[in-house]
Amino acid sequence: MSKVYRTALDEDILLSIEKPERYLGNELNTVKKDKTKIDIRFAMAFPDVYEIGMSHLGIQILYSMFNRREDTWCERVYSPWVDLDRIMREKHIPLFALESQDPVREFDFLGITLQYELCYTNVLQLIDLTGMPLHAEDRLYENKGAAASSGDSLQEAKLGEMPIVIGGGPCAYNPEPIADFFDMFYIGEGETVYDQLLDLYKRCKKAGATRREFLLRAAQIEGIYVPMFYTPAYNEDGTLKTFTPDPEHPELPKRIRKQAEADLSTAPYIDRPLVPYMRVTQDRVVLEIMRGCIRGCRFCQAGMIYRPNRVKDVDVLKKQAERLLELSGQDEITLSSLSSSDYPCLQELVTYLIDEFGKKQVNIALPSLRIDAFSLDVMSKVQDVNKSSLTFAPEAGSQRLRDVINKGLTEEDILHGAGEAFRGGWNKVKLYFMLGQPTETEEDRKDIAHLAQKIADVYYEIPKEARSGKCTISISTSFFVPKPFTPFQWAVMYDPGDYLGFASTVNHEVREMKNHKSIRYNWHEAYVTVLEGLFARGDRRVAKTIESAYRHGALFDAWSEYWDWSRWTAAMSDTGLNLAFYTKRQRREDELFPWDFIDCGVTKKFLLDEWHRATHDGTVTPNCRENCNACGAMKYGCGICYDMADGKPVPRKNHYQEWAKAQEKIKAEKKAQFEAEKEARTAEYEAFREAARAEAEEGAKA
Amino acid sequence: MRYRIRYSKQGLMKYIGHLDMMRSFQKILRRTGIDVTFSEGYSPHMVMSYAFPLGVGMTSDSEYVDVDLNRPYPSVELVRRLNGASPEGIHILDAREVPVGKGSKGMTLVARADYTLNFREGHEFPEGWKENFSRFIAQTEIMAVKKGKKTVKEINIAPLIYQAVVDPEPFTVKGIADDADAAEDDSAASGSHENEAGDSLDIVRSGDIFLALSAGSAANIRPELVMETFAKQYGYEDPEHPDPFRFRINRDEVFADTVAGDAEEAKTAAGGHNFVPLIGLGKIIS
Repeated sequence: MSKVYRTALDEDILLSIEKPERYLGNELNTVKKDKTKIDIRFAMAFPDVYEIGMSHLGIQILYSMFNRREDTWCERVYSPWVDLDRIMREKHIPLFALESQDPVREFDFLGITLQYELCYTNVLQLIDLTGMPLHAEDRLYENKGAAASSGDSLQEAKLGEMPIVIGGGPCAYNPEPIADFFDMFYIGEGETVYDQLLDLYKRCKKAGATRREFLLRAAQIEGIYVPMFYTPAYNEDGTLKTFTPDPEHPELPKRIRKQAEADLSTAPYIDRPLVPYMRVTQDRVVLEIMRGCIRGCRFCQAGMIYRPNRVKDVDVLKKQAERLLELSGQDEITLSSLSSSDYPCLQELVTYLIDEFGKKQVNIALPSLRIDAFSLDVMSKVQDVNKSSLTFAPEAGSQRLRDVINKGLTEEDILHGAGEAFRGGWNKVKLYFMLGQPTETEEDRKDIAHLAQKIADVYYEIPKEARSGKCTISISTSFFVPKPFTPFQWAVMYDPGDYLGFASTVNHEVREMKNHKSIRYNWHEAYVTVLEGLFARGDRRVAKTIESAYRHGALFDAWSEYWDWSRWTAAMSDTGLNLAFYTKRQRREDELFPWDFIDCGVTKKFLLDEWHRATHDGTVTPNCRENCNACGAMKYGCGICYDMADGKPVPRKNHYQEWAKAQEKIKAEKKAQFEAEKEARTAEYEAFREAARAEAEEGAKA
Repeated sequence: MRYRIRYSKQGLMKYIGHLDMMRSFQKILRRTGIDVTFSEGYSPHMVMSYAFPLGVGMTSDSEYVDVDLNRPYPSVELVRRLNGASPEGIHILDAREVPVGKGSKGMTLVARADYTLNFREGHEFPEGWKENFSRFIAQTEIMAVKKGKKTVKEINIAPLIYQAVVDPEPFTVKGIADDADAAEDDSAASGSHENEAGDSLDIVRSGDIFLALSAGSAANIRPELVMETFAKQYGYEDPEHPDPFRFRINRDEVFADTVAGDAEEAKTAAGGHNFVPLIGLGKIIS
C-alpha cells in the first residue's frame, strides 16, 4: 500500500495556507485517467475561489461530457486564493490542474467559464500563472519575446505547445473587453459543437499544424469566435464603425451563431457528481429542470440569451435525482432554472422529491418560487415556517415601472401571496429591487418603501392573537446594469454618487413609514456597479484597462474585502479610458454595438421594439406561453416556440391583439377578486375583534 | 443500537479538517444505504459523535466515531459497506456495538493516545539528540508551557508521558479483517464484493519516535508540546518560533482507562492504569 501522493504544492505550503482542501483534487468521483493514453488534456477553469467554482453546475456537466470521451481527460482549475497566489508568484509555482496536479501549461486547452464580469482580473491571473503570454497574438509565436530583442524573425508556434485558451458562459456574449486574452470563445451552450472542436484539434495536432492554422479552421465551426481574425474600426465619436473578419480569409463567418441544445432530456448531464470535502456555496445535488425563460423581463440577459425556453422531461429528472443522491450521499437537493414556477410539471416533480427522499432525511431546497397556494403548501412541508422567509422579486416599487421592465408581478399578486403566507404562520418577507432603471423617477423609488408598508399593513391587519409577533420585511436593492442582448442595452447608467442618492431616497422613505421598525433596508456597492457596466457593454479597447488594473494589483474584484476602486481609477487614467463613454452615454438606436456580430437568436429589431414599448408607454409584452412575440429564437427549432399537434411540432403564432384584450379582462377580474377577498377578511377580523372585546368585557364584569 | 467505528485517515485526507471530515463521514454513511438513526425535529441529523478530533496535517490509524443505527448489522458487513463508499485515504478498520449511555461515549472515555513521529527531510535535530531525549524523558519533572485559547500555564508533563521510545519497533496496523474469526465470517459474506475479503490495511507503522500520552478532557498533551519542550531545553530551536514542520505525526491508537473510577481495579493495575483501545470496549456482531 503506502501510496505516494503527489501534490503540486509542498506539504509545508499546504499546511500554511488557508483551506488546503481547495487544491488537492481528491474529491469523491473525480475522474483520473492515464495521461499517456490521452490525446486531449482539458483544464476547465472557474475564475474564482474553489467554494464558488465548485458550486457551478455548468462545469460539472461539461466535466462529465468531456470525460465520457476516451481520448480526453478534463480536469478542474479554480483561482488560487490570495494567500496561495502570493506564494506561487514568489516560488514560481505554475498554475496546476487539480486531478493530475500537472501544470496547466502542458495542457491542450484552458477553458475559462465567464459567469460574471467582475472575474476578469482573475481570468488574467489564471493565464498569467500558467506562464503563458497574456495576449492570444503573442501565443501564436514560439519566440515572441526573444525575437523582439534579437531581431530574429518570428517562428509560428505548433499546435500543442501551449494550451488553447477558450472562453464561454454568459459574459462571452460580449467577449470584446477580454477578447485580446482569448484564442477563442464558444458562444452558447456547450453540448452542441465541443465534440467537433475536439476532433478537429486532434486531427490538426496529429498533422503537425500550427496554432494559427488550427484557429483558422476552428473559426469555421458554428458558434466558435476567434477574435484575432476580426478587426473593429471606430467612428470619430468613438463608437464602433465596422467589425470585419480578416479579408484574406473569406471562409470566416461574418456572424457567430449562438449554440443551443435542442433536447435537454437526452443531452448529457452529470454522470458522477463531484463531492467536495469542504463546505462550498452550493453543497447539494442540483437538478436542472429547464433552460431559458418564458418571461421577457426587459433588463434580464439570461431571459434573452437562453431562449428558446426548453424543459427537461419529468421522468428523466426523477431518475437523475435518485442516481445523483445515491452517488453523492448529499443530504439536500435543489432545482435549477431561471423561473422554476414556470416548469410545467413542477407539482409532480416536487411531490415526488418530497415523498421519495423526504423519508430518507434529504432536504428539499426550493428555489425562489412564485408565492401561491401550491408553493406555500410545499414550503410548509419542507421548511420550518418560523425560520424561513418568503422571497419576492418585484424589481421595481411601482406598477408603472414594473410594466416598463415587463415584470409580470402585480401589487395584488404580492399582497395576496404575503397575506396567504402570513396566515400560514410566516412572518418574514424578503423583497428584491433594482434602482436606476430606465424611466425611473423619485416616486418609483419611494414606492419601494410604500410597497413594504403595504405588506406590513397586510400583516398587522391580522388580529394580534392570530399572528406571531412582529413581522420583518427586508428590502434589498441592487443597481441596474444594462446588459447586451436585452431591450435595455440602449439604457444609460449613472455616477456612483447618483446611485447612492437613489438608495438614500429609499432609505429616508422607509424611515417615514408607519411600521418602519419592521422594515430593514440594505443596498449594494455603487462603484462595483459602474465597473460591471463598463465591462458589460465595453469594446475591445477596454482590454488594456483591465490588464493595467491587474498590474496595479486588482484581483478578486467580486470580493468586497479585496475590491479597491483606486486600482481601477489608476488603470483608467493610465490607459486613457473615458468611463462615461461606456456607462453614461445615450446610445443611438442605430448604433453598431461591439457584440452585434453575435447572433443570439433574438433579433435586434425585437429588442428595439421592446425598448420602445418600455420607454414610450410601458406596454407589457406577453410571456412565451401566452403568445409568440416573434423574438427570433424560433429558428432553433425547439422548445416553447413549437406546439405539438398530432405528434408533430407546429410553430406557434403571434396573436397579440386577442391576448391583450383577454388580458384586460383577467386583470379586472383579479383586482375585483382581490378587493372582495380583502373586504371579506376585514369583516372577519372585525368580528374576531368584536368577539375578543365582548369576551374581555365579560371577564371584567365577572 | 450504537456502533463504534474505527477508521484510518491517511494520505491527502490529512488536510481535511475535523468539521469537514464529520460532514464527509455522513455522506459516506448515506452512500452505503445503511439504516442510520436520525434525531427528531425540523432539521434531523444523524446521531453520531467523534471521540477525539484530529488536527489538520496529522494522519491516524484510529479515528473513532460512534453512530446509532436502527437495526443490527454484522460488523464485517458494516466494514465492507463503509469501505465501498469511502474515498481514497479513508479506510474503515472495525465496527462494533457499544453500550448506549453517557459514560460509554467515546468522547468521555479517551484517556491516552499513542503517536508515531517521523522527521520531515531536512528538519532533523542535530546529532546526539537521541541521548539527550533519553535524558529528557528520564526527568521526573518536565515543565512545559501549555497555551490554551485564553490561558497560558506551566505544567509538569512528566507524569502525563506514559511512554517515549526512540526508534521504536515497527508494528502492523490491524483491522477487523485481520482478526481470524472475523475474517472467516467475511469470506462467507463476500463473493459479490471483489477486493473485500482480504481487505486488510496491511500498514506497517514505523518511525523515529513513539509517544504514549495522556489524552482527553482531564489532561490532554499534544505530541508537539513534548517535542517543543525538548527542543527548547536543548536549545534546538527558538522557543518563540518552533518549527511547525519538524515532524509528520500519526495517531496510532486511542485508549480508554478502565481503571479510572474503579478503586478495586486501581489497586491491582500496573501504574494505576488499565488502557484498552476504544474499539476493545465494543462487541463484534456476527
